[in-house]
Amino acid sequence: MTAASPVPVHPRLGARLAYRLQRVLQPNASYRWLAARIEENAPARKMFTAAERITKEAAFGCRMCGQCALPVTGYVCPMGCPKELRNGPCGGVGPDGSCEVYPDRRCVWVDAYDRAAAAGRTADLRLLHRPVDHRRWGQSSWLNYWQGRDEALWTSRPGPTP
Amino acid sequence: MSLRERLASGGFAVTAEISPPRGASTQRITETAQTLRTWVDAVNVTDNQGSNVRLASWAGSLALLREGLEPVMQMTCRDRNRIALQSDLLGASALGIRNILVMTGDHPKFGDHPGAKPVFDLDSVQLLWALRTMRDQHVLLSGRKLDPPPDCFLGAVENPFAPPVEFRAERLAKKLKAGAQFVQTQFVFDVPAFARWMAQVRDLGLHEQCKILAGVGAVRSVRALDYMQNHVPGVEVPAAVHTRLRKVPPAQQQAEGVKLAAEIVQQVAEIEGVAGVHLLVAGNERAVPDILQNAGTRVNDGR
Repeated sequence: MTAASPVPVHPRLGARLAYRLQRVLQPNASYRWLAARIEENAPARKMFTAAERITKEAAFGCRMCGQCALPVTGYVCPMGCPKELRNGPCGGVGPDGSCEVYPDRRCVWVDAYDRAAAAGRTADLRLLHRPVDHRRWGQSSWLNYWQGRDEALWTSRPGPTP
Repeated sequence: MSLRERLASGGFAVTAEISPPRGASTQRITETAQTLRTWVDAVNVTDNQGSNVRLASWAGSLALLREGLEPVMQMTCRDRNRIALQSDLLGASALGIRNILVMTGDHPKFGDHPGAKPVFDLDSVQLLWALRTMRDQHVLLSGRKLDPPPDCFLGAVENPFAPPVEFRAERLAKKLKAGAQFVQTQFVFDVPAFARWMAQVRDLGLHEQCKILAGVGAVRSVRALDYMQNHVPGVEVPAAVHTRLRKVPPAQQQAEGVKLAAEIVQQVAEIEGVAGVHLLVAGNERAVPDILQNAGTRVNDGR
């Protein structure tokens, strides 16, 4: 496996703290304004994106797909799944909850289920995630999130088209 | 009667799985399928099963169709991106292949090309969603119009036994929302665990929205059982099954495996919401008539 291959990562940031941060960082007019200013200034955008990368890599093993699913996956990154599954676990999870590809690691979705259940957030896991837009790799998902570009990443009611 | 019609009529459906050869001929699969003709409603053709290169599932499916047999074309997300997957559905539909079984697919690590690039551009939920949209809304994922749209009967898979088990019925619900019309499950060896999953499925009302076929396998020998336990991801064999098979001498293990499979078919057929069985007999297709004969009449009704 190359260094770039996805590997399941157990988040260092506890789910409770993550959900608390989620409330604080919810998109609003100020964040939207701030995100737009950062985005139009190339050096600021680069620095902000680098800071996001460092923070989220340390906390969640983030790979910078640019379309963050963490708010609805118990703050366990699904892009660490070797199959990059965003809609739940594959059928190969070991009886002990281990990943079939990395048996010494826990399946990200087993982890996600436990954390979401502990926080009373299992309903999040029923959401349908749309396909990843591979053009967004390397972008700041925070800037995208605050500017409302992530609103269509998932849905509770699959409409006529994905 | 097609698989779709059999399931719609409320009859007990039987499907079996065959795996295409490693070679450029469809002769063996059509011969095998012929022996199944009077026993099953449709035959699954695997898509590079276990990440090992085999003849393409669309080609195997087409060969069955030409012999007058109904294929279920398996389609995994492992080897093709969204462009190729959508294109394959159009091709399959144009050639008359109606039943499409969508699954994530094993990781390349487990097959004969472990260095291959794992694609997984879409997951199974997203692929079901895309295929349903192509059929019902007549558009691609890109939004471009299709003329004419494909005609297909969409299937999904589920492993009722893999963690997180509390989430497995919910995961099936997602697949139904995305477009699945029938489901084939992983090997059922542990019938009580399967019944617990079915209870969750019924609580969510899923058995009324799709047709569920329980996966049943015939074990040929203790060696085959050990291989399955150790090398097929997601398969758990209860200790009681190991003990039962180890008790009989090697020459009788195959017959014992058939007996066990027939018992499981009978037991799952009694569970409310089970619409049929899917026989996972790749490489052991000759066991199909024996299993079904042993399993009794309801299973063989009208075929």
